[in-house]
Amino acid sequence: MRKGWSLRGAGLFASLALLASACAPATPSATAPASAAPGASAPASGAAASQPPQGDKFKGVNVNILTFNGPQVAEPLQRRAPDFERLTGAHINVIAVGFQTIYDKALLDASTKTNSFDAYVFNPQWLGDFVGPGYLLDLTDRVNSDPDLNWQDIGPFFRDFNATYNGKVYTIPLDGDFHMVYYRKDILEKDGVKPPATWDDYLTVAQKYQGKDLNGDGQPDYGSCIAKKKGAQSYWWIISVAGGLLQSQGTQQGAFFDTKDMKPLFGPNEAMTKALETYKKTTESGPPDETNLDVGGTRGLFTTGRCALSMDWGDIGTLAIGTYAQDKTGATITPGWKQTLDRNSGKLVNCDATTCPKAVDGVNYAPFASFGGWSGAVNAAAPKAQQDAAFAFLAYMSAPKQSGEDVTLGKTGYNPYRTSHFENLDPWLKAGLSRDAATNYLNAIKASLQNPNMVLDLRIPLTKRYEQDVLDTALAEYLAGQLDASATEQQISDGWNAISDEAGRDKQLQAYVASLGVQR
Amino acid sequence: MSPALASSGRSIDLEPDEPIPGRSAAGARATRRAISSLGAWRSDGAARWLFIWPTVLLILVLSIFPLIASVALSVSRLAFSEGSVDLKFVGFNNYQSLLFGTERTHFLGVLKAPNPIGWAIVIVVAALTARAFVRSMRSGRVRAIFLAIRLITGVLLVGFVWLIVGALASDGGRPGALIVTLTFVFAGITLQYALGLGLAMLAVQQVPFRRFFRVVFLIPLTITPVGVGYMFLMMTDTSKGPIEPLWIALGLRNFTWVTDPWLARAAVIIGDTWQWTPFVFVVLLAALESLDQEVREAALVDGASRWQSFVHITMPAILPVTTTIILIRIIEGFKIIDMPNILLGGGPGTATQSMTLQAYIDWNTLNLGRSAAIAYLLLILVSVVATAYVSFVRRRVTEIA
Repeated sequence: MRKGWSLRGAGLFASLALLASACAPATPSATAPASAAPGASAPASGAAASQPPQGDKFKGVNVNILTFNGPQVAEPLQRRAPDFERLTGAHINVIAVGFQTIYDKALLDASTKTNSFDAYVFNPQWLGDFVGPGYLLDLTDRVNSDPDLNWQDIGPFFRDFNATYNGKVYTIPLDGDFHMVYYRKDILEKDGVKPPATWDDYLTVAQKYQGKDLNGDGQPDYGSCIAKKKGAQSYWWIISVAGGLLQSQGTQQGAFFDTKDMKPLFGPNEAMTKALETYKKTTESGPPDETNLDVGGTRGLFTTGRCALSMDWGDIGTLAIGTYAQDKTGATITPGWKQTLDRNSGKLVNCDATTCPKAVDGVNYAPFASFGGWSGAVNAAAPKAQQDAAFAFLAYMSAPKQSGEDVTLGKTGYNPYRTSHFENLDPWLKAGLSRDAATNYLNAIKASLQNPNMVLDLRIPLTKRYEQDVLDTALAEYLAGQLDASATEQQISDGWNAISDEAGRDKQLQAYVASLGVQR
Repeated sequence: MSPALASSGRSIDLEPDEPIPGRSAAGARATRRAISSLGAWRSDGAARWLFIWPTVLLILVLSIFPLIASVALSVSRLAFSEGSVDLKFVGFNNYQSLLFGTERTHFLGVLKAPNPIGWAIVIVVAALTARAFVRSMRSGRVRAIFLAIRLITGVLLVGFVWLIVGALASDGGRPGALIVTLTFVFAGITLQYALGLGLAMLAVQQVPFRRFFRVVFLIPLTITPVGVGYMFLMMTDTSKGPIEPLWIALGLRNFTWVTDPWLARAAVIIGDTWQWTPFVFVVLLAALESLDQEVREAALVDGASRWQSFVHITMPAILPVTTTIILIRIIEGFKIIDMPNILLGGGPGTATQSMTLQAYIDWNTLNLGRSAAIAYLLLILVSVVATAYVSFVRRRVTEIA
């Protein structure tokens, strides 16, 4: 009996050993021995990281960076990683995954202390979830003391809002994001039609060109192309449509919640009803399958000349290069409204000097800094050598020399965010844009950036649930006719209130108010 | 198999009959102990422990532990705090929100008063269920405890039919993830079985190029579901894509699959059927090829028609295989996610949002508690449907046997 048990015990032990060896982590990617990386700890906090060739400064250091598989966004990281390795010796592994999985992968990896990623290039909207538990490295000193990064060259909005949380810098911007409206400049000019200034104008122009042949192929084309697929980008556009109706007193008023009590502004009120109805009407002048198109689909349609109007980030401007739409594309600030919401009554009121103090020619513009732009952050729990190398790589990517070229290439998915990107036209001309087109494109972005009523994207804990779950689902149901406008607003309001209550209403309110506290 | 490894139930005697010249007695004893120990290792008992435990441990680690952990997760709320992940116990809140709360319309659907056809369905099902229960009661052969179980089952069945009717056979009702999933499962499997059987019947014939067709029919099975999703995304695009000219030639340039809920569901079912029919086909083909042709030929000689031969000989003969393959497809079918997610993102609205997709969306936003709750409700549903199916089919198979 004893012998039997000892044999069984041995068998069990052998099995456990096998299992343990099977489960043991493979050679860690972030395990460069300190001795192999003499320069790894070299950059004292904040030391220049994107300095000229230093050969083996990070020799033997492997850095794992999690990002979006685009193929944009990951493309410039993958393309420039070998250059960076030649300069510093650090090996960059870009782990690219689907957009929907970046958030949970990164957060679970950090929270479970797996820490298989040393850095992330992700959505700065998620800082609320990452900074609180201490998952990200404070980069404040580093960015301010890195001369090659040239921190002050980065646009104030991206520096002070996107990259900063509770007064500390946690991300390095690699991309600048604003919604804009693109239009077929050649056709509108020929017909003497002005680019849309209000959403009513947008509908009028879209209806005018719906069903007309816009690219000379003899087939009817579309007045408006907006990506409305569920689980993609649809929920961001409605914020652009609703922005001017919900926010009129300047950026710090906020467009998502009432800053007094965290009451959702997307809840039942006349402004949201108007925004939803307008958004749905744009579908009537769009492709038949518009509710199943993501930005890949709408960009393809616009650049092949099939749409008179489209709403997008800065991407279409560069993607048009080399396509049918080259030099036929105009860009303008997102249209506004001549009415706005009276938050006390829930009714719409006409714009005047009191109700819309930031209005231009009676139009209350509220350009939406949607998403905010892909940004790099460093894992606070990564080994020091990896942290230094990761920061150096992100700073290298963002440095004017590299980013100045990347933002002009459609394949990167990066849009301008530095002052130098707007001032120096040469890279744009070199990329293939005409001087007129480049000026028009950059002016549209500048008009958004400089607008005092800019709408900041939501950036509080559980942001992803507010937007990508509740808002996206309700909007998809509304577009599909499953809900009417009133039921949609109620569903958004109920869903957002449930999340706020779950996370703690006071805590969420505090985070929301803090997120609007940008001083420019 | 090597004789040394053959299972004999006792240690294998490797000791030579005669002492080896030149060896001491102590050395011989040591050798004997070593050999005896080796023999014991090779014994059946030790081998069983050695080979079984890795599997048991893997199952424990990969299946049982997650199963138990997900129960805990489904009654918790996840929160991230400095240095830790907090799981706060919230009771059945996650289940409550799905069945009665803010997520009810997405999970169960929007239920309205049935139309006349809906009422007729509910009344017929309720009457049949009541009759079956009364019969059981009157027979006197069913114990009280089983009578109670049957009563509960009957009430649940009628409630379930009410749910379906309220969502599908009513004015203003719409199905939630539960009914959408059931639609995908039953419509998909019906199509897959019908097509798979048809193709298998053809492939078993002595037709030219039969080997070629057998291989071709299997290709969809080898493609990853994500790949199939993207392929159908292109094919259902009527304004661009590889078969756009065909859509235009058919006058369907402005036709779209994606704005009508039932067309969208049909697109998902077609894609799923394309992928899984080969699985049904290959299993049924094997079953048909193993049939004794003499019985069938004898029936034909006796004057039976081909249809009669098919219904009364072929179908009963492949019934056990049919039962198994449908069960496998039911269990697999409930997990459908790639096709509705890639093809439509669960849209239009939530028309193609399956239970797994709903759980996946919650997972993506790290609402892990509700995601686990959906997974458990799915587990219960699959278990009930699979058990009911097996119970029903076993009786039929027994009757035929």
